[in-house]
Amino acid sequence: MPAPKQLPRWTEQRLIVVAFVLVACVLPFVVSNYRVFQLNMVIITSMALIGLNLLTGYNGQISLGHGAFYAMGAYCTAILIDQFGVPYPIAIVASGVLCMGLGWLFGLPALRLEGLYLALATFALGVCLPQILKYKGIEHWTGGVQGITLIKPDAPFGLPLSADQWLYFFSFGVLLILLWVAHNLITSHTGGAIMAIRDNPLAAAAMGIDLARYKTTTFGISAMYTGIAGGLSALVVQFVAPDSFGVLVSAGFLVGIVVGGLASLSGAFFGALFLQFIPNVADQISKAAPWAIYGVVMIGFVYLMPEGIAGFIRRARASGAHARTKT
Amino acid sequence: MEQLLHQIAAGLATGGVYASLALALVMIYQATHHVNFAQGELAMCSTYLAWWLIGAGVPYWLAFLITVVVSFFFGVGIERVLIRRVEKAPVLSVVIVFIGMQFILNSLAGWVFGYTIQQFPSPFPEEPPFGNPFINSHELGIVAVTFFVVGLLWAFFRFTPAGLALRGAAANSDSAGLCGIRVGSMLALGWGLAAAIGAVAGMLIAPVVFLDPNMMAGILIYAFAAALLGGIDSPVGAVIGGFMLGVLENLAGAYLIGTELKLTVALVTIVTVLVVKPSGLLGKVVVTRV
Repeated sequence: MPAPKQLPRWTEQRLIVVAFVLVACVLPFVVSNYRVFQLNMVIITSMALIGLNLLTGYNGQISLGHGAFYAMGAYCTAILIDQFGVPYPIAIVASGVLCMGLGWLFGLPALRLEGLYLALATFALGVCLPQILKYKGIEHWTGGVQGITLIKPDAPFGLPLSADQWLYFFSFGVLLILLWVAHNLITSHTGGAIMAIRDNPLAAAAMGIDLARYKTTTFGISAMYTGIAGGLSALVVQFVAPDSFGVLVSAGFLVGIVVGGLASLSGAFFGALFLQFIPNVADQISKAAPWAIYGVVMIGFVYLMPEGIAGFIRRARASGAHARTKT
Repeated sequence: MEQLLHQIAAGLATGGVYASLALALVMIYQATHHVNFAQGELAMCSTYLAWWLIGAGVPYWLAFLITVVVSFFFGVGIERVLIRRVEKAPVLSVVIVFIGMQFILNSLAGWVFGYTIQQFPSPFPEEPPFGNPFINSHELGIVAVTFFVVGLLWAFFRFTPAGLALRGAAANSDSAGLCGIRVGSMLALGWGLAAAIGAVAGMLIAPVVFLDPNMMAGILIYAFAAALLGGIDSPVGAVIGGFMLGVLENLAGAYLIGTELKLTVALVTIVTVLVVKPSGLLGKVVVTRV
């Protein structure tokens, strides 16, 4: 194949990343505080979607219960801040560590469950968690049905930023770190092993990949991403309650990675934008409309655009480059 | 003691519903090796249809019959239109289609019938049968109808040519096709039967849990647990698992953990079965050749 006469691929990718970061840094100064809040939720949702995508898109383990890890991250942050007065950055890190541990633990039985069975078990986890959070025995921590209310932290060092703007930059920083880690992970040998397990577990095992270790580790990392996202969401929304983490959150994440594109990091943003803004639009039609649209979009993507928006763009760019080399 | 017997009787009644829904799941699993996440929502839609018919003045049992027949054809239609296209697709695509279907059915029901909780009539008399203090008529009715449905299905699979063909298509679709069985039609038939059984389950449980678009969420989890406990490829196992879980749920709710953690019982059952004995009580142990 002849080399195309254009910018090397990595330069092009870096330019896109730099442009993306610049736009993301300017945006909070030109839109209203409410929009900043919404954009912040997009960032946070992207993290959760990257987490789920590492597990489902890259490693092929289906989780229909990632909302549970999101909830546990949110509750961990909220309880640490509310009950123990822990500073919020440490609480977020603690959420990530806790969820990594829990994810690793859940990954252990998941080792014996393939495909459908894992989907079933995680689905059950997602459905049950709100009930567990409401349980009377732990009410003094979780606040029961009432949940926990938090206060948004102000910008430190006297920075001239509103609380929403500060939290936006804080989450954006976290997102960049997580993106960098995820990118390095999937382009490394470990990432190759993770994807080999998805494509053909038998062949992967024959090549000497320790399936158990990689699968549980991926589960842990995936849950960590989602847990950090959950912790940040608790700060931004300033409120956690059992009923805001129903099974629909988990299902929403699945919609997000399907729309954005399975096994794609940039897809997480498209998925998160979709999850944040489409329901708002649809809500104006009817209370039932968002979920109907989610359903139609999910089925539509499976049949028409199985690689999601990111895959569609990738293909469009590839065919563009192909056309340029021909002329 | 009386309390205990009453709990067991009530458990058997809800167990009957779990058993029916688990049976529907097993039907689809046997035919296509898919787990139908939208089974609960399908049953809910059927129940709304029955509710609407009864509201329009149709006698209960006639409405029951119409609902079962309509659900059957609805199930066949879904298999033909949606499922056939992803038959050979990866598991993830299939799961996504099922979840999407679940959303669509749920919001359609909410859209058409509203989210208000509705009462659903029971066809059985108010007073307990034979003046016994343990079980009320509706509970006994659920158990009876469940056994009737199971008997009917067993007879269908055991004595009719279509039942034999369906078993053949499920066991080995390639060989069945070579023997002249229309495998595609058989899969659609399996889906239709599953939708019909689900409709029965929905109409039986609706007087207990009341009718709203989200009524089946918890019940579906229990049906999953029941199907797995019995062995996901064993219809008899699904029925036994359903009854066992119904009783277990009620006893645990009454004596161990209270009613707030009922769903957790199902989660623990699912994870325990999958980890300890993935084939369930009566399921075939799958041996993979390496």
